[in-house]
Amino acid sequence: MGMTLAEKIIASAAGVELVRPGDIHTVELDLLMSNDGTTHLTIDMYRKLAQPRIADVSKLVWIVDHNMPCDSVKTAASHKKMRDFAREHGITFYEGKGVCHQIMMEEHVRPGQLIFGADSHTCAYGALGAFGTGVGCTDYLYAMVTGKSWVLVPESLRFDLKGRLRPGVTARDLILTIIGRIGANGANYKAMEFAGEGLKSLTMSDRIAICNLCVEAGAKTAVMEADEVAQAYLAQRGRTPKAIFHSDEDAVYAGVYEVDLDSIVPVVAKPHFVDQVVPAEECRGIRIDEAFLGSCNNGRIEDLRAAAAILRGRKVAERVRFLVVPASAQVFRQAMEEGLMKVFLEAGAIVMNANCSVCWGSCQGVIGEGETLISTGTRNFKGRAGHPNSYVYLASSETVTASAILGHIALASDLPPMEE
Amino acid sequence: MGKIFRFHTDVDTDQIIASQYLLYPTVEEMKSHAFESLDADFAARVQPGDYVVAGENFGCGSSREQAPAVLKALGVRAVVAKSFARIFFRNAINIGLPVIVCKPLYDHVSQGEEMELSLDEGTVTVNGTVYPCTKLNPYMQTILNQGGLLASLNGGEESAWE
Repeated sequence: MGMTLAEKIIASAAGVELVRPGDIHTVELDLLMSNDGTTHLTIDMYRKLAQPRIADVSKLVWIVDHNMPCDSVKTAASHKKMRDFAREHGITFYEGKGVCHQIMMEEHVRPGQLIFGADSHTCAYGALGAFGTGVGCTDYLYAMVTGKSWVLVPESLRFDLKGRLRPGVTARDLILTIIGRIGANGANYKAMEFAGEGLKSLTMSDRIAICNLCVEAGAKTAVMEADEVAQAYLAQRGRTPKAIFHSDEDAVYAGVYEVDLDSIVPVVAKPHFVDQVVPAEECRGIRIDEAFLGSCNNGRIEDLRAAAAILRGRKVAERVRFLVVPASAQVFRQAMEEGLMKVFLEAGAIVMNANCSVCWGSCQGVIGEGETLISTGTRNFKGRAGHPNSYVYLASSETVTASAILGHIALASDLPPMEE
Repeated sequence: MGKIFRFHTDVDTDQIIASQYLLYPTVEEMKSHAFESLDADFAARVQPGDYVVAGENFGCGSSREQAPAVLKALGVRAVVAKSFARIFFRNAINIGLPVIVCKPLYDHVSQGEEMELSLDEGTVTVNGTVYPCTKLNPYMQTILNQGGLLASLNGGEESAWE
């Protein structure tokens, strides 16, 4: 009986030959990412330890992204605490460089690693064949002090992708469709593995979007084999794999799902649950107040290109705020060089610095009572983007952009042809 | 005995404590905002020893440890649900907040009813009816018994782990 990709990464980190779902193993962590959502609390706890120490400072990556730039004196104090501690201890530190998971993919993650991130969307790292999982700040602190933690080996679910996504359909539509199908706890405590011929046609940006959102089905992690596409992404950025693992043919899965990519259509997740997924057509015409293009899920250059292609020569609807927020400073610069920012500004969009923005509803772009946002963010929970009585619809970059132009939820194919 | 505060299925951590309070300097400053979007009076009415009871997938969403932390700071004795999202579950154990899976309870109790928890027996009792709960795995039970993961660090890091 073989092992799955997720099981092999845990076995490697635990230094054992074999692991099985349900086993608990002590593992050595490769990287420990933390952001400004909880690091101030981690530092307070660290200072209360009887013998505070950091096992291996080279494994720590701290990123200020959630409230960047900060919005209040209280936030400034929490940021300062994080910044000062990072400097004092020589921790790799980013501020204003973008959303934590995008920076981790651009700069740090390597195939075969086991990574803890103090952020639920750490499961994104599976796009590079790594096991990333979200933890709270106490787990983070324990791992920071000891270099280790314990992991309950999860069962794996396999998603066999076949065919290709049709034009106008995105990886975001695919993963939202899957979450809608299996439910908000459909993968609770489990690893979601994506495999099959269909995976080959998906870009790294697509793969990150897919893995990143798996926590919305409750998944502990999401994984994909680091194939040629992943290895090319890594090589371009001057990194090498730690190890490349493959699932064994006789690996055991708790469930296998066949997903026909050709059958996927543009979808939206309706308020207030990520698994309330319906074809976008069913929401056509719902009036919006704000549109958001960005986040660790959909703020990459590919998303900005898709949006700019739709927006070029058109205008954002008069009463709609369209926020365009690149996922990282690298993406921002690339978009400038490609002339995309000019397209956004000429169309009347609001271009912001790389940060989490309204996806987490605390810093910029929050919406008021009764308002509606269509978003490429990660969540549509009640009050997620601002007032408790407001509404968030999740959709692809294309659907969000088309909706920003028309002022109501719309598909890109609904737009009238451009005048010559 | 404590009172039941009953919530629905798929309660996410944004409802337990919203994003705009997370960067407040301390959990003490955040706790009055617990469950603000679902029950604006919760933090004012909950008494030490009271219980949160919910359906499936309690604590889904963000990994914010502030979610179990504000409940503990308000004196919530335990959260009893049909099931928990995994990060919330692990965080709660790590800070010493009992989180108890009890499948049959939710459908038979109401807001405001009195409940008694016996951690040793693994049961909860409401209106004379005893409901059996699912046992924690021994690793997690050890952490909880110590009062959380930090206690195990300060008490010698080998104790709970190897």
